[in-house]
Amino acid sequence: MNDDRNTIWSLVEKHHQRLLTEWLACQQRDLRLPDSDRKADTAGLARRFLEEFRRGTASAQFDDIQAAEWQPMRELLEDLSRDRALQGFSPNETAVFVFSLKEPLFALLRREFGADADRLASETWIASRLIDELGLYTMECFAKTREEVINRQQQELLELSTPVVTLWDGILALPLIGTLDSERTQIVMESLLQRIVTSGAEIAIIDITGVPTVDTLVAQHLIKTISAARLMGADCILSGIRPQIAQTIVHLGLELNVVSKATMADALALALRRTGKVITERKQPANPEA
Amino acid sequence: MPTDTDDTMPLRASEDVVRVRQAVRARAVGAGFSLVDQTKIVTAASEIARNTVDYGGGGTARIEVLRNGQRRGVRLTFTDQGPGIADLTLALKDGYTTGSGLGLGLSGAKRLCNEFDVRSTPGQGTVVTLARWV
Amino acid sequence: MGDIPILKIGDCLLVSIQVDMHDRLALALQDDLTERIVADHARGVMIDISALEIVDSFIGRMLNNIAAMSRVLDAITVVVGMRPAVAITLVELGLSLTGVRTALNVDKGLALIRRAIDSPERDDADRYG
Repeated sequence: MNDDRNTIWSLVEKHHQRLLTEWLACQQRDLRLPDSDRKADTAGLARRFLEEFRRGTASAQFDDIQAAEWQPMRELLEDLSRDRALQGFSPNETAVFVFSLKEPLFALLRREFGADADRLASETWIASRLIDELGLYTMECFAKTREEVINRQQQELLELSTPVVTLWDGILALPLIGTLDSERTQIVMESLLQRIVTSGAEIAIIDITGVPTVDTLVAQHLIKTISAARLMGADCILSGIRPQIAQTIVHLGLELNVVSKATMADALALALRRTGKVITERKQPANPEA
Repeated sequence: MPTDTDDTMPLRASEDVVRVRQAVRARAVGAGFSLVDQTKIVTAASEIARNTVDYGGGGTARIEVLRNGQRRGVRLTFTDQGPGIADLTLALKDGYTTGSGLGLGLSGAKRLCNEFDVRSTPGQGTVVTLARWV
Repeated sequence: MGDIPILKIGDCLLVSIQVDMHDRLALALQDDLTERIVADHARGVMIDISALEIVDSFIGRMLNNIAAMSRVLDAITVVVGMRPAVAITLVELGLSLTGVRTALNVDKGLALIRRAIDSPERDDADRYG
């Protein structure tokens, strides 16, 4: 039985140069790689893949790609699929890299064992299963990377939609756009508190003009955000309360426990008064060019 | 669900509560928790650990790092052979904020976690299991 | 005398909580503070928690107790230096710090105490504009 296990290894050892050439030709054909950079990159990868393939198949843990001897190969495939995913290759294109090895490998087996049907069948089966596992592992890694990219983009989107603006010294504004769910609230709180720390602001105007509905849950999230800001020494003013929202708040009996103003302008006026600022008319007439 | 590694620590005195907090922090950091998530689970751990020492007559804390596909989690199990909790429903109510001196902090800790379970038999002891996932 | 130093800044007392508190230390601190408020005629007590990575209900109770005792002795308690992650967690925990004012840092805490002592009636008018 030991013989079988080393068959693939010894064959690949003996013919790896030819195998590499034929494999690259298959990829070339199936992938139609446009520029020479990508081609060179693929050739390098293929060479390393075969090296690790030889190392893995030489070991006693021949067909278990989770074994320690296959670790370098797994890392190679992780890097490969990560790069491909980040560069925008399709899953198919990434998979072809591994699966296209079957063609030249089976051809090699046929040349060696052509006369012995049984032997050929069993060796082909072993080789096929091995490449399948490696290919599937590659796909898993690819999927993982894609998920990471999507998650990161989601994060960025969430952060972009919750900007914290410095209206004046010590006065921050947080214009909320869209619904306020618990995940968004966490991000909002983190951004706002971080800004309070860096700016030392003592007033935060939370504007909800862009929040479509305020129900009990949204109110809870608002209350949490306001409480958190207060713990950091910043008082909040709620602004942008539309008439329907005011009705809903009263109707639901929501106790927001915060000073609220209809518009951000009113909130800003209050904030300026509180911070001891006064707006006065200039002696000369207003100059639009100034 | 596969668990990575597992740590059981004694909880007999205040110093142990500090040690448990530090251990939970370390594991949460290792599991890739954000600062806010770390703070939440360490705070929950502190609540229950103190209970175990103050009301449970001492016990143990077990810390496990969990993996479920992409997600990582930290699970904590607090065990004591103390007097137990007579009225669980009451204990899980928001006792702290209204100042009604039960001071068990169970309801607060529950809010900080994704999973929370309390088993208690008066006269025999209590087991509190909580977990947070990211 | 407990292990936590209490500093005097004008008519305010400043306490920095650096270590992990346990029962004895917390009680000792509360005792010391009460004595010092009276001895130094303090009008304000500032508790700096910038070194605390977490604030649980035990610490919360301690802070509330200190605020309650101070109020009886006509002093204002201000907690300063709370970390953002701690604030977010406290809010989730549902822990309310009653009678405890907060400020970002020691400077602002002192200013807050000054404002509150010098013109207590200005507070309300300010709030609602």
